[in-house]
Amino acid sequence: MSEAFDVAIVGAGHGGAACAASLRQQGFAGSIGLIGDEAELPYERPPLSKEYLSGEKPFDRILIRPAAFWQDRAVTLLAGERVTAVEASERSLTTVSGRKIGYGSLVWAAGGRARRLTCDGHDLGGVHTIRTRADVDRLISELPAIRQVVIVGGGYIGLEAAAVLAKAGKRVVLLEALDRVLARVAAEPLSRFYEGEHRAHGVDLRVSTGVDGIVGLQGVASAVRLADGEAVAADAVIVGIGILPEVEPLLRAGALGGNGVAVDGHCRTSLEAVYALGDCAAFASRFADGAVLRIESVQNANDQAAHVAACILGKSPVPYGATPWFWSHQYDLKLQTVGLSVGYDDVAVRGAAADRSFSLVYGRGGRIVALDCVNRTRDYVQGRKLVEAGAVFDRARLEDGDAPLNTYLSDTEDDV
Amino acid sequence: MPSINLITRDGSRHVVEAEPGLSFMEIIRHAGFDELLAICGGCCSCSTCHVYVSADDQDRLSPMQADEDELLESSAHRELRSRLSCQIRFEGPLEGLQVEIAPEE
Repeated sequence: MSEAFDVAIVGAGHGGAACAASLRQQGFAGSIGLIGDEAELPYERPPLSKEYLSGEKPFDRILIRPAAFWQDRAVTLLAGERVTAVEASERSLTTVSGRKIGYGSLVWAAGGRARRLTCDGHDLGGVHTIRTRADVDRLISELPAIRQVVIVGGGYIGLEAAAVLAKAGKRVVLLEALDRVLARVAAEPLSRFYEGEHRAHGVDLRVSTGVDGIVGLQGVASAVRLADGEAVAADAVIVGIGILPEVEPLLRAGALGGNGVAVDGHCRTSLEAVYALGDCAAFASRFADGAVLRIESVQNANDQAAHVAACILGKSPVPYGATPWFWSHQYDLKLQTVGLSVGYDDVAVRGAAADRSFSLVYGRGGRIVALDCVNRTRDYVQGRKLVEAGAVFDRARLEDGDAPLNTYLSDTEDDV
Repeated sequence: MPSINLITRDGSRHVVEAEPGLSFMEIIRHAGFDELLAICGGCCSCSTCHVYVSADDQDRLSPMQADEDELLESSAHRELRSRLSCQIRFEGPLEGLQVEIAPEE
């Protein structure tokens, strides 16, 4: 085999980069290949829909590490190489350019690609996604000519992009198919609050609004046709409807999985010497009562990367169980989330949305499982301990917004 | 290029070039030190860029905002000289300032 690494890492995003860095930090002396399908050094993805799109931060300020770091740590970066096949029995990879790369251990950290629409016109010019630097550079290059942009999807990416573009003076129409934004990730009070904020910033935000197709003029999107027949003019369309995990080569190689590749508590796939981590890894989370899910976050990619590095080094860490946390910035609103609200059956509200500083506390089976905190960092910091402890969900106490959460645990225990 | 003095977790001292206008987190990260995870990229959403700045130098820095204070509250290693390095910006007058990376959580 022409090329081989003791550890080959597929995917040079947050998870892949963190795994390479963590291997070296923990003392790994073997060879490391970091293989990414983008032409770039590893960079931070969250700013793509925020400070990078707005122009506030140039690309070199969102690099995860400078170029010299990877050279100093003897991490071989293979940029612009897409892995198309894994031959697990002979421990090798094949890239789209035909390179064959051997490995001792394989770390699959390929993340996900932006989901696209499938309706008429989905492939017209002027239809964008926000997942890679190239995506956003294309969008930025078209911005001067854009007066009105239609954003399809009211998840975090769509909302963050709406905030940036509205602030940049663009007319923004945001379409959400469900009856509220953030419907898959948050409870209704948070959805309604963000809908109100965006409308107050001039965004024409429409829920329960399906897209029927994109209308083009000379190959470029000019309008979005809604399910009810209305055509909304669009100089550009941004599609923010989630990601699809990049796992096909692994699944074809025989790894178990479906929506993501299945991993155990040590990020091991069903294939010998193949780990998977980050957005594309499906695992049973103790923060979801053992439900198998993928967590699409920088935190999860980082923490799983450190875990995999420890496993490769032959350490025996306790099974992965890092507390999930997440953030989203829109306008002057700072949302911080801890825990997983999936499957919640109760919600308490601390503070008032009208004050633009409030928290939602999620309960499941009588326990506190997550918080969404808007401009309320104290709740986020103190609530983390309640999530980690699986504290009892006591609505009256939680909704006393003046009572800090750091005394909640002892107060509740006193009652038991 | 101006510089700052960095003390890493093993106690060793490093002179690190500092570009005015960047945060201390960015300066330390760009210099290739891997101890500072800075997971949120500098938007004051975690506490993985925790550093110490001596009490004498604290008042030369931009004052701490409430959210930085609250995030630091979560650290077992919080001291009076604690700051999140993403929230302090390097400017020329801070030439030679000494910054120490706080212990890992």
